[in-house]
Amino acid sequence: MTALVAVLAVLVVALAAALVAMLVRRNRHPRRLPVNRGARRVLVAFSGRLDPTVVEAAIRIARADEAVLVPAYLLVVPLRYGEDSPLRDEVELAMPLLEAVEHAALRAGVPVDARIEKGRTLTHALKRLWEVERFDRIIAPAPTNGHGGFTEKELAWVLTHAPAETVVLKPMPAAA
Amino acid sequence: MRGHYRILLGMAAGVGKTYRMLQEGRQAQAEGRDVVIGYLEPHDRPETAALAEGIEVVPRLRAQHGTLELEEMDVDAVIRRAPELALVDELAHTNAPGMRNEKRYQDIDEVLNAGIDVISTVNVQHLESLNDSIAELTDIRVRETFPDRILEEADEVVLVDLTPEALQKRMLAGKVYPKERAEIALQNFFRVEKLSALRELALREVAEDVGARRQSTVLDPLSVQAVAERVLVLVTPEPRSQRLLRRAWRSAERLGAELDALWVHKPGKPLAEEEQVSLAALRRLAIVLGAHFVEEEDGDLVGTVRRVVYERGSTYVFLGTPDERRWIEVVRGSLVSALVRELPGIDIRVVANRADREELRP
Repeated sequence: MTALVAVLAVLVVALAAALVAMLVRRNRHPRRLPVNRGARRVLVAFSGRLDPTVVEAAIRIARADEAVLVPAYLLVVPLRYGEDSPLRDEVELAMPLLEAVEHAALRAGVPVDARIEKGRTLTHALKRLWEVERFDRIIAPAPTNGHGGFTEKELAWVLTHAPAETVVLKPMPAAA
Repeated sequence: MRGHYRILLGMAAGVGKTYRMLQEGRQAQAEGRDVVIGYLEPHDRPETAALAEGIEVVPRLRAQHGTLELEEMDVDAVIRRAPELALVDELAHTNAPGMRNEKRYQDIDEVLNAGIDVISTVNVQHLESLNDSIAELTDIRVRETFPDRILEEADEVVLVDLTPEALQKRMLAGKVYPKERAEIALQNFFRVEKLSALRELALREVAEDVGARRQSTVLDPLSVQAVAERVLVLVTPEPRSQRLLRRAWRSAERLGAELDALWVHKPGKPLAEEEQVSLAALRRLAIVLGAHFVEEEDGDLVGTVRRVVYERGSTYVFLGTPDERRWIEVVRGSLVSALVRELPGIDIRVVANRADREELRP
């Protein structure tokens, strides 16, 4: 009888332990990088294409700042369309780029909060974005071999009007 | 009771709207209905004139405008005559000065309010919201416009369609305008590229009208077979919802589906500043993507999703990977399981973060 009680007790304890283990076991849910309230925000704005060296540099800066990286794809709405027109073709181009930046940032352990912003010009889109959101640092890529990045004139505008510390990132000639 | 309003919409003059209106009038007459012509635009087309024969014409009002004598629909005479159905051509027409109403669609409104059914015609270039696009496409600024609500409020909008090439053939044969006028028109407004663009606008307008009607009708997913797919994505004001909305959009594009984004917020729970920023960013993204952003305030997430799915005729529901701890799942139940249970017949897709695939590595 005593042996039976002992066996039953062991079974109950084992079952309880298994239940507790199941409940407290670390979730295999996807990683969600914690974003602290009031965390710094680093904006990297681009359109058309983004050089991988710029992405790497932006991630390094965001990680060093313990900041959220905000990659923003800027869309230009042609004047023949209303400002609120959906831009399907342009969004198709933006999607894989944003996904690539997001993956790279998350792999590096940097929280990311991507945007697609539109305006009549790149600078208009950028201005709209920083008018409604706070950024602690703004990264403006310079052109690579004449492709992508902001033009000289746009960079001058960004440097004059940006509401936060601004970094103009020029990819290494080797990478370009 | 207000009459039934049916609008025949075309891409341009000559596609056969008036002809179709008269055909429908004759058909109604053959079915024993009392039909009159409230106004028939005198296009000098023999086939059209022949089709109008045998349908009573309500005499028009004559108005003197300078040296011109203009004729307009006599609204009061149509209402006094009290037919079951009145055929009224060209609803965007501007009446002669001195008439009670400035526009013919206002005359039609009075006829409808008298309980008389109306079939009318109009070309897509007269639609107010398309005025700028039409001017860019055709280099012609259309002055006779009508508000979009007229189409929205009509009981039926029917597209009278013809390919641009077929319309040009009709013009060359002198079936639309006299030959000398047709040749000039073919080199200007009636060029294939302009007609194609106008046709696309007309097709899109009718497609949107069908979509809007489908949306405004409460659908029963159990009894009504949806014609098209419709995606509903559940978002929350946090960064990962940007990716979720984009992924749902991409799937919706592949399915050729409309996309709705739904955020259900709990009553009495104010948003933190970061959440407000995220929510505003989601709304902006929805505009860029052409998605409809729906906000609901309700403590019952699953119940609200069920209602919205029902109302909007959704066929797919997208949600992000729930971040429920295992013990919460055990105590409260899983959100995904609850949705599967509460949304019978609806596809549910849990959208993961591709970057998490690295965790699969042994």
